[in-house]
Amino acid sequence: MTHVLDPGTLAAGTRPGPGPAAPFDDVTRSDAALRAFLHGLPGVDQVGAEQRAATLGTRSIKTTAKAWAIDTAIAMVDLTTLEGADTPGRVRSLAAKARRPDPDDPSCPAVAAVCVYGDLAGVAREALAGTGIHVAAVATAFPSGRASRAVKLADVRDAVGNGADEIDMVIDRGAFLSGRYLEVFEEIVAVKEACGDAHLKVILETGELVTYDNARRASWLAMLAGADFIKTSTGKISPAATLPVCLVMLEAVRDFRAATGTQVGVKPAGGIRTTKDAVKHLVLVNETVGADWLSPDWFRLGASSLLNDLLQQRQKLRTGHYSGPDHVSVD
Amino acid sequence: MTSLFEYAPAPESRSIVDIAPSYGLFVDGEFVDGSGEPMKTVNPATEEVLSEIAVGTEADVDRAVKAARRAHTRVWGPMRPADRGKYLFRIARILQERAREFAVLESLDNGKPIRESRDVDVPLAAAHFFYHAGWADKLSYAGLGPDPRPHGVAGQVIPWNFPLLMLAWKVAPALATGNTVVLKPAETTPLSALLFAEVCRQADLPPGVVNVVTGAGETGRAVVEHDDVDKVAFTGSTEVGRSIARAVAGTRKALTLELGGKAANIVFDDAPIDQAVEGIVRGIFFNQGHVCCAGSRLLVQESVHDEVIASLQRRIGTLRVGDPLDKNTDIGAINSAEQLARIRELSEIGEAEGAHRWQPACELPDRGFWFPPTVFTDVSPAHRIARDEVFGPVLSVLTFRTPDEAVAKANNTTYGLSAGIWTEKGSRILAIADRLRAGVVWANTFNQFDPTSPFGGYKQSGYGREGGRHGLAAYLKESAR
Repeated sequence: MTHVLDPGTLAAGTRPGPGPAAPFDDVTRSDAALRAFLHGLPGVDQVGAEQRAATLGTRSIKTTAKAWAIDTAIAMVDLTTLEGADTPGRVRSLAAKARRPDPDDPSCPAVAAVCVYGDLAGVAREALAGTGIHVAAVATAFPSGRASRAVKLADVRDAVGNGADEIDMVIDRGAFLSGRYLEVFEEIVAVKEACGDAHLKVILETGELVTYDNARRASWLAMLAGADFIKTSTGKISPAATLPVCLVMLEAVRDFRAATGTQVGVKPAGGIRTTKDAVKHLVLVNETVGADWLSPDWFRLGASSLLNDLLQQRQKLRTGHYSGPDHVSVD
Repeated sequence: MTSLFEYAPAPESRSIVDIAPSYGLFVDGEFVDGSGEPMKTVNPATEEVLSEIAVGTEADVDRAVKAARRAHTRVWGPMRPADRGKYLFRIARILQERAREFAVLESLDNGKPIRESRDVDVPLAAAHFFYHAGWADKLSYAGLGPDPRPHGVAGQVIPWNFPLLMLAWKVAPALATGNTVVLKPAETTPLSALLFAEVCRQADLPPGVVNVVTGAGETGRAVVEHDDVDKVAFTGSTEVGRSIARAVAGTRKALTLELGGKAANIVFDDAPIDQAVEGIVRGIFFNQGHVCCAGSRLLVQESVHDEVIASLQRRIGTLRVGDPLDKNTDIGAINSAEQLARIRELSEIGEAEGAHRWQPACELPDRGFWFPPTVFTDVSPAHRIARDEVFGPVLSVLTFRTPDEAVAKANNTTYGLSAGIWTEKGSRILAIADRLRAGVVWANTFNQFDPTSPFGGYKQSGYGREGGRHGLAAYLKESAR
């Protein structure tokens, strides 16, 4: 519900910087206006959204459809390592896997990107040179986002300078949950600017936003601020990506494109470990937003262990039997 | 690699179910020949003849009622209630064990998608037996006096839209309360009732407690009009319900009727739109709209009309119509040529009266009975598609401006089985639900069923309740307090 009849009357001042696209160019003119807009979005009924996601989860994807889905899912993987113990060696080994996920089968597609911390973006860039595989770096004081804006922006510039062409930022969940939406908005705008040509993925950390209403509002907030992708989670908080939360975010990008003409990508991340999970997500995309999003340009799967399961299922489809864990590389 | 995600066919195997070339009547624990000219039951998705079914005459019905009476007097009536409960638990478990078999058979004979028979019809049927099994030895606490008594022999006539589930709604409470049963399944969908008869034998249910007499309208009439039937329960059309009420009038028989509906699904402007659209789809396209409580009238607030309709049409475009046995099918076949003709006729009348028909582009199979999901906009309350029950995948969209207008339009029907309210405002749900004259009101959901929840209608949607504590009352005589 809209709580302010004319949010304009409450505007304290105008916001600097580029604004969102029409027809939403005035909704960020003040905190009150942005709040009125976000709270005026249709609500999400939790039971209904979960039921819809569960129903889509029962789709039976077999034979040719399964083969297509597995290859598409592999091509959508953001192969991720985000550990304190990460080293250049580990990143290089991950990059090798990204280029040739199945060394025995050249027909197996490469993944979409390798996702690392910003200081290792240079290593990844070098290891992936000439492949077309993107280098994604997490930034803005990932995963908590608890640092001053200057530090966050420096973090972004450093990662981009190291060679990252995709930045996965986290929103300030504290500010969001206490209703300081304009602050969150302005920070995303500033990060987007610092990204330069790099693509910006905005991590909502839906596990901390808790409600689907919040997930929808945060999705819109990020899209208004210029996100190229909206992403569910850091992978450090449970629950991470769930089917219903992905559904809600897909509905948001669908509605945003209908209203503005701008298409925004979606990346569920964290907790997607099996081929079955990945296929369920593709079904969700297919039946919520359609074929336009069924490519690595518009849908990614943030994952690490998922890739090996996809490879094993792929081998199983080709050979008719399970090969076992030693037939895919350990990473 | 194409960019289209085409689901490969994923058909459920029909080899799990054995359909005999012909079936007799199930009387007194045995399958016996019927005296009438046998009829054929077909798969509505292919028009393939599935089996030949015996037709029960008055004499056959009389034998079945006598068997039921005998079983009631000698075995089922005197049995310890806890033991009756044991039989019901046993039946419920067998239904679960043979769930896939029942689901495939139901989809073959009825045309409904396997996803629904597998996830809704069969599990709910088992749930009804489990629920009522628990009541069998607790009837003194049902609020119907210290020692409520069964009527005796219940004559039950059920429809073709949920053949097994409607059987469960009727048979489970009847048996739990100590009645015995003569059941007449629908003419076009007798197979799951006959498989249920086999389950009764598997469960060692004493002979005569459940009797299944197949046939068409005449057989049903014989069941309803038999002198020794104490209680009549019918689910089906209002027209037939009326003739049953006439036939039963002036006799000692107790009667419950669960008839047609023309439910309003009311969407307010503060509704969770995406879930409301799901609810609208579930409300009218579930089971091809062959649902007496289907949300066939969408009442949408004018301020969100365009948004909701656009969203609805996009969503309907993703519905998968086709082979009922394919696990990815959302909408299956229309149950019979007769029903298809009625849906076509009413749709044509809708267009002739000035409503605007919309259907998604969808390919329908060449054989069998099919009708695409259909939405009529610009419908006025005076149009026949806003008043008559279509009993098919046809939605009529009307608008309202205020809550009062919504209530007035929702109640402006000769039926009163169900209704839906979509709003994020809890107080509005309660206020509107209070004023709707419908037996079931769903809030922010639609077509949800549970054995603990009573189901039944107002006005021409019938009387009596099925399910829950209220449903027991239909099968018991209240004892003196």
